[in-house]
Amino acid sequence: MSQFDTFTLWTVIIGLAIGSFTLRFAFLALMGDRAMPAWLMRHLRYTAVAIIPALVTPLVVWPSSTNGVTSLPHLLAALAALAVGLFSKNVIAAMISGAVTLYGLLYLIS
Amino acid sequence: MPFTTTKSAFWAGFRDSAPFILVAGPFGMLFGVLAAEAGLNVLEALAFSMAVFAGASQFTALQLMQEQAPTIIVLISALAVNLRMAMYSASLTPYLGAAPLWQRAFAAYLVVDQSYTLSIVKFEAEPKMTVPQRMAYFAGTNGIIAPLWMTATVIGALVGAQVPDSWGLDFVLPLAFLAMIGPMLRTPAHLAACFTAIVTALLAAGLPYNFGLIVAGLTGMIVGAQTELWLERRKALSEVAR
Repeated sequence: MSQFDTFTLWTVIIGLAIGSFTLRFAFLALMGDRAMPAWLMRHLRYTAVAIIPALVTPLVVWPSSTNGVTSLPHLLAALAALAVGLFSKNVIAAMISGAVTLYGLLYLIS
Repeated sequence: MPFTTTKSAFWAGFRDSAPFILVAGPFGMLFGVLAAEAGLNVLEALAFSMAVFAGASQFTALQLMQEQAPTIIVLISALAVNLRMAMYSASLTPYLGAAPLWQRAFAAYLVVDQSYTLSIVKFEAEPKMTVPQRMAYFAGTNGIIAPLWMTATVIGALVGAQVPDSWGLDFVLPLAFLAMIGPMLRTPAHLAACFTAIVTALLAAGLPYNFGLIVAGLTGMIVGAQTELWLERRKALSEVAR
C-alpha cells in the first residue's frame, strides 16, 4: 500500500475539520429560522449518493489487489454488498455479505 | 409523550440512539484498522476521528490519500461527501436556530447521519418540545455514538497494526462504502443519481488528478435533482388529471 507523508496527512485532517464544521455550522449560525432555497436543498440531497458511487466504481472495476485487472470475485462481492444494503437497509449485514462473497470466492478459486 | 424536563429529553435521545451502536462501533473500528494499514499511528487515527467526526468523509480521504491524489482533490472530495451535513444543518435550523450561539456551535459539531435522522423525526412528531428540550434530545442522540466512534477508532488502530498485509484488507473499504450506499437509496431519484455517477465515473476514469470523481459526482447530483423535479411534475400532472 502506498504511503503519504505526515504533512499531507495533517493538512487533510485540519482542512477537513475546518471544512466539515463550517458545512455543519453555516446554516445553524447564519440562517436563523429562514428556509433554504429549494434548488440548493435539492442538489445537496444527492451529494452522498453520487460522490460515494463515483469513488467506489473504479476501485471495484479495477481493484488494487489484482493490479487493476477486473476480477469476478470483486465484482460479485461489490454487488452483494450493494444489493443486501439496498433491500435490507442494514449496513452491517451488507458489509458481511460482501466480505463473505469476496473471501468465499477467492478461497474457491485458489 | 410530552417531556417534562430537559434531562428526560436528553435520556430519550440517549436511548433512541442505542440501535446505532451496532453501526458506529464496527465502522469506527474499521476506520481505525484501515488507518493503521495506511500507515497512521494511533494518535493520528484518533485525531482524525475527533477532528472530522464523519465516517464516509474520513474513509474517502483515507482512500484518496493512498491513491496519492493531490491534497486539494482529497479535500474537495471528502467535503463533497459531507455536503449532506449542510443540508442537515439547514433542515435543523427551524428547530434549533433560536438556541444560544455556543449551543448551536456545539450541536453543529455533532451533526451526523444518526443524530440528524433521529432528531428530525422526533421534532416533527412532537412540535410542542421547547428549544432547550430539543437541544437536549439532540445532544442525547450523541451521548453514546460520539465517544464510541472515538474509542472504536483507537481500538481499530491498535488491532490494525497487528493485521498482516496478506489478509488483503484493501477491498474492505470499497465494500464498506457500498454497504453504506444501499440504505441511502430510498427513491428513484437517489437511484438515478447513483447510476449516473457510476457510469460517468467509468467514462471519466482516465482524467488526471482523480478529476473524474468530481465530474461523476457533480453529474450524479444534477441528474438526481432533475429526476426529483421530473417525478414531482409528473405526480402533480396526474393529480390534476384526476
